[in-house]
Parts: sequence; C-alpha cells; structure tokens
Amino acid sequence: MGIIKAAKLFYDYVTKDEHDEVENVIHAVSGVDLDVEAGQFIAVLGHNGSGKSTLAKQINALLVPTGGTLWVKDMDTKDAKNVWKIRQSAGMVFQNPDNQIIASLVEEDVGFGPENIGVPTKDIWHRVQNSLKAVGMLEYSQHSPNKLSGGQKQRVAIAGVMAMEPECIVLDEPTAMLDPSGRKEVIETIRELNREKKVTVILITHYMDEVVHADKVYVMDDGKIVLSGTPREVFSQVEYLKQLRLDVPQVTELAYELKQAGIDVPEGVLTVDELVKALERHKNR
Amino acid sequence: MIRDITIGQYYPAHSIIHRLDPRVKLLGTLVFIVTVFFVNDLLGLALATAALGAVIWLSKVPLKYMLKGLRAIFILMLFTVLLNVFLTPGTEIFRWGFLKVTWEGLFLAGKTAIRLMYLIIGSTIMTLTTTPNHLTDGLEKALSPLKKLHFPVHELSMTMSIALRFIPILLEETDKIMKAQQARCADFESGHLIQRMKSLIPILVPLFISAIRRANDLAMAMEARCYHGGAGRTKMKPLVYQKRDVVAYIIILVYILIWAAVKIWL
Amino acid sequence: MGIQLDHVNYIYSPDNAFRKQALKDINLNIQDGEFIGLIGHTGSGKSTLIQHLNGLLKATSGVIYYNNENIYDENYKMISLRSHVGLVFQYPEHQLFEMTVLKDVCYGPKNLGLSDEEAVSRAKQALEMVGMSEKDYEKSPFELSGGQKRRVAIAGVLAMEPQVLILDEPTAGLDPKGRNDILDQIALLHKKMGITVILVSHSMEDVAKYVDRIIVMNRGEVFMDGTPKSVFENGKALESVGLAAPQVSYVMHRLREIFPELPVDATTVEEAKADILHCLEAEK
Repeated sequence: MGIIKAAKLFYDYVTKDEHDEVENVIHAVSGVDLDVEAGQFIAVLGHNGSGKSTLAKQINALLVPTGGTLWVKDMDTKDAKNVWKIRQSAGMVFQNPDNQIIASLVEEDVGFGPENIGVPTKDIWHRVQNSLKAVGMLEYSQHSPNKLSGGQKQRVAIAGVMAMEPECIVLDEPTAMLDPSGRKEVIETIRELNREKKVTVILITHYMDEVVHADKVYVMDDGKIVLSGTPREVFSQVEYLKQLRLDVPQVTELAYELKQAGIDVPEGVLTVDELVKALERHKNR
Repeated sequence: MIRDITIGQYYPAHSIIHRLDPRVKLLGTLVFIVTVFFVNDLLGLALATAALGAVIWLSKVPLKYMLKGLRAIFILMLFTVLLNVFLTPGTEIFRWGFLKVTWEGLFLAGKTAIRLMYLIIGSTIMTLTTTPNHLTDGLEKALSPLKKLHFPVHELSMTMSIALRFIPILLEETDKIMKAQQARCADFESGHLIQRMKSLIPILVPLFISAIRRANDLAMAMEARCYHGGAGRTKMKPLVYQKRDVVAYIIILVYILIWAAVKIWL
Repeated sequence: MGIQLDHVNYIYSPDNAFRKQALKDINLNIQDGEFIGLIGHTGSGKSTLIQHLNGLLKATSGVIYYNNENIYDENYKMISLRSHVGLVFQYPEHQLFEMTVLKDVCYGPKNLGLSDEEAVSRAKQALEMVGMSEKDYEKSPFELSGGQKRRVAIAGVLAMEPQVLILDEPTAGLDPKGRNDILDQIALLHKKMGITVILVSHSMEDVAKYVDRIIVMNRGEVFMDGTPKSVFENGKALESVGLAAPQVSYVMHRLREIFPELPVDATTVEEAKADILHCLEAEK
C-alpha cells in the first residue's frame, strides 16, 4: 500500500444562511481516488477553483474529509489522535511566501516545526543545518526573511517543512507568486529533494512546464480527477487540456499542431530536443 | 517616510550586546528608562550619556541607523519642546505677542528633548540587537511565574513576535496601497480634518482585508507545522545564563548604585 | 507627443546604507498608440520606471515630458497627469475597497471632481470595456474571482479615460485561461480605443503574441528596445540577464541548423507552425 491513499474522497463546503439553514453546498473534492507510492514525484494540475488546493489540505489533515477516507502512512486522517503525526509525516508548503514564515530570522523559522513536535534542542540545530543545506540556503541562516527574494523565501519554507523530517511534502502552488527565476529555483530544489532525499513530492500547480519531470500527473476539474498518467500521456491530450482551462508548453502545442497538419511527430512531445529529433527525420539528403 | 521607522527592526551584527540574554537586556532597558526619567542635573545626564554611549559602541549598530528611528517621532519631539519653551513661566528672554521665551523654558525643553531622545534610543537598542523571537522568549521566561495565575504568557509572547514580524510587511503594503489609490488620483494631503479622515478609508479597507487574509494563512501554516500551543514545545534557543550575562547584571547593579549614590549624596 | 524620458536617474535612500540606484540614465520615447511590453526580472527597475511615468516617484535627476510638457514643472498638475497616464498595480486587492463594484470604479472619476451621474456613467462604460457583465455591478468586489477582480481594478483606472494605460503584471497568479482572457481584453482595448498600452511582465510568451515593441530592463538600465522579433533573436543575451526568449524561438533556432532555409523569427506557435510546414513542403 502506498504512502498516501484516498478512497472515494469528498469534501463539501457548506454555506448557511442566518437561520442556520443550508444555503449552498459546493463539492470541492468529489470522489477522488489516489494512490501515491513512497518516493514518487506526483503533480496535480487544475485551474483555479478545480479543487486541487482542497485536496492538498486534506492530505495534511488541515481539512478532514466529509466523505470517503484518506490514509497517510496507513493513518486515517479522520482520527483526531493521528493529526500531529500526519502533519509531521506529510509537511505542507503554501502559495504565499510571506504568510508562512513565522520567525524573523531564517534559522529560527526553520526550527519552528521541530520545536512544536518537541525535538531536543541539540537535535533541532542539526535538523535546521541539514535542511537549510538541502535547499541551499545555509549561508542565509542569520538573515531576515524580509530581505530575501520570493524564491529564497519559498526555499526557507521548504526547509522549515524538511526540518520535521517528513516522508512526504505537499506543495500547494508554491510558485504562483514568483517570477521565472524564482520558479525555476524552487522547482529545482523540489526535484533535488525528491532525488537525493527520496522525499515523496506532491506538487500542486497550474504551470504545465513544472510537471514535465513528474512520475505521474493528475488533472483535476470540478473536484474530480479527469485525467491521469505520465506527463507524456497527459500532454498528448492538448485539446482536452485546453477545454479544462489549462495550456501546454509551447513546444508540446507546436508538435501537436504539426501532427494535426499531417506531419509525422510522436504524441506528447515534452522538450525542444524531442521535437527537433522528430523533425530531423523529415530531412531529405 | 514609513520605511524610516526603525523600532522593532532587528539589525544583524556580531556584538556582545547581541549575544546577551534578552532578560538582561529587558532589565537593563527598564533600569535605563527609569533613570533617564529622573535625570535633572548635568551629572545624571553625563552618567546616562556615558551608559548609553558605551552600549551603542558595544552594539556595533551604526549610530546613523539608530538616529533614523528618531525621525519618526521628530514631530512629537518638536511639539513637546515648543510647548516647554513657550509655556514655562520664569525669567523672560524675549516676548512675541502673547508668546514668551524664558530661560527656565529653554532648560526644560532641552531636558525633555534629551529625555525623549534617550528613551527612544534606549529602547531601540534592545529591538535592534535582539531578534523579536529572542525578545519574546525573554519576556515569556521573565513573566513565566504569571503562568501559575493562568495568565496566557506563551500565547502573549507568540502574538507579539508574530506582530513584530509582520510590521515591516504591513508597512510596505500600506505604501503599495497608497500608491495604487494615488494612481486613481486620490488626494491624502488636502482638505479639512474630516475629509482627510475619509480619504483614509480607501487605504484602511484593503489593508485590513489583507491583514485578515494573512492572519488566516499564517494560522493555517502554523497548524500545518504542528503548532499546538506552548505545551510540549522544546526550544531551539533556550535561555541559559552565561558568564557574560552575570557580568552584565553586575554592571547594571553598579550603574544603579552609582545613580543612587549621586542622587543621595550630591 | 507621447512620453519622453530624458536622462532619468532614480536613487532609493540616497543618504544611507540602503542607497540603491534603481534607474540609470533612462532615455525613452513612447509614441501615442504604441503597444509596449516592458520586461525584466524582479529588481530590474521596471516597477520603478512605470511609477515615474505617472509621477508617483520623482526622478533624482533627469526630466520626463508628457505631451511635450515637463511634468516636474512647478505649475504642472500631477492629478491631470495621473488621470491621463493610468497605472494599474499588480494586485487588485491593493485598491478595491468599496461596497460594490460600481462604486469602486467610480472612485477615480470622483477624485477628478466629476459629478455622481457622470462618474457612474463613466464607470459603467469602463466596466463594459473590460467585459464585466451588468449583473455583477452591485456585487461586493471581494466576492469576485481573481480574474474578475483584476478586470474591476483595470476598469477603476479606465474610468478616468486615460490616454496611456500601464499594467503591472496583470496576469500574476491567474490560471492559463484567466491569463489569456485578460490579455485578449487588453489587446482589444488597445485596438478599439487606440490608447497607448504598456504591459509589464516577466513572461516573454505572454507579450510576444500582443505587443509591437519590447523594452527589456536590467539593473536599472534599458538593456534592449525593439520589435519582438529583433529582441528574441538574441536569446543568449536575454538569458544573460535572467530572461529567456519564447520556447518556439529556441525550437526554430535548433531547426535552422538542420533546415538552413527555415526563417527563425517566429515568436508564436502559429507563426512557427506556418514556417515549419512551409519548409517541410519545400523539402519534399
């Protein structure tokens, strides 16, 4: 059984009027099945409001399913006694870098999680050093977060989660507020943690170019998983993705358009190299 | 202007003052403030100046940076000084209409200005050399006896440290909001008092909404990192007195004694 | 006419430790009716630059002319400049404050001293221009979606009937569909009303499709200035300042090594497709 598993998962937002009568029910997550193996890099795609953030918060037990079951390391998230163990096992990084850094010094912020779970002082320092090193921010340990760039702040937030030594990290649109260089630096950090530290990664995003290297991609729409598979399988569905208010990397779209025009190129082209190689075969001489 | 406020901003440097236990600094600041409050002769002033100068020098924080904090309260200082200059009765130097300047007034004004300045600089040194977390740790520890009376010491200190962290962020945001409204031709500078108060609404509403959203986000991020109050928490930087802290306490004690001696015998 | 910048310099905190030269000797000539993409990574000075154009920041040295008038002249009316050069900031959350969408959009026109009726009529016009439907006029701006909030924020500036519209990263945080919708709407505004549009962005892909001129900023200086095609030809130079040409531009350059006849100046998927098809046709 995988590290994270969901069966028929539901989450409803219920709005009530003044008389406490149910006014409206929104199925933010409706009937999601999920099975994530330890060590995988999973991407969840979807437009704003597709339910992907609600799903992420359930994995961290910030939200408890209103229907179905979600297990993190075989622990049922509905069981209140598991909450702290789950949050320690499946850490979470949020979208806004400013609103998740608690302390006024980088190292103190990274130490916040371990302090909360009662790690002895000496070990906290070890963990802080190790996780800052893992995200390449060790030299900034004495800096104030306010003076860092967006990408650096997000790496500090990731270090803060790593210091709790989780098996899994859930990142809820960690790059949405960053510029291209910040996005690149955060995605590279995440990939390295996945590769080197064997941390299971669940990356929630709407940037398609960030999921090209994922082991598996889930696409969400209206609270449901509507498409899943390897990036190649998912990106071959260009028209469907556009219908879902998503778009594909330019090179994928170009390959798709050429294929539509009758040129022989493979499905789901992901990189510039692939397209160039495919077209090279059309060269005479 | 908004960026000029130094109170509450940490200035990173490696100095003996930075390394002192926050409890020592809290007591030291308190003692300094009390003595400055009672300054009324040159000898007392010299003593306070010497103490302040020594601490500034030891803290390795540029004096210029510290004085910047004064800019924010300049108006307040000016106001107090003017009140003192014009409204103190005594030997007249010159008179202009119903306003008169007296020697006593000048003296009092000078004293008040110096007092205010020293108070601000004295407390600024503490926040400049102590990270907010360290500071609130110190407060938490110093106030911990109150826990027995069910006083929420931990919660209070956590709230304070978060507030300190978000002050610069919210100041910057205020700046951005003001500019966004100025781009829509908002005018914050003219009109009578009520008009000016009204013109603040387009700044305050977005600011409050943003602050509430941030608070929400932050609460969630803290929960996600297993925060569940002070119980069972360990400390990354527990407060343990070092030799230097004992020395500092002794110096503070000596300062008090000299001060008392001066007060009593001179 | 238009906007001219003459040797503009700007220095933050000139007399203390945080001193930073944010703009270095900027000389630009922006003509009426242009559609410009202003590109640069964070800290390149692009935000500082646009705040000079409507007088929110004052140059440390140098002069800016709007319609041949020196905006730093003593008698120059800043309010009139700000109504003519409209600036929409990145986050709509920083400006929305009223109870209803319509009232919020009225804020600008009212600051210009227009009557209530006139303000409302302008607000309605502006909301229509950004594609907001009438049923949302009485909604609270805070219950709108991210894309709608942005439209209202743009309308809030359009209602002052500016000649120049500057948008600071109008698509940040939107999903791809929301992003394209907003950009299409802006392009339509430019076409229909003939106003000058300056689009600040750090995405080449975004601006390549729309603008006629790209200004690239780096370290407070104008690094490149030209048509999208001429700017993207220098992919290497763009990378040296932390930017990149659109992905198709790289595809075309790589393909050129194989197909020497292939033109490399395509900047959008459509252009690239046409060029490649044409070239492959010739190969047969």
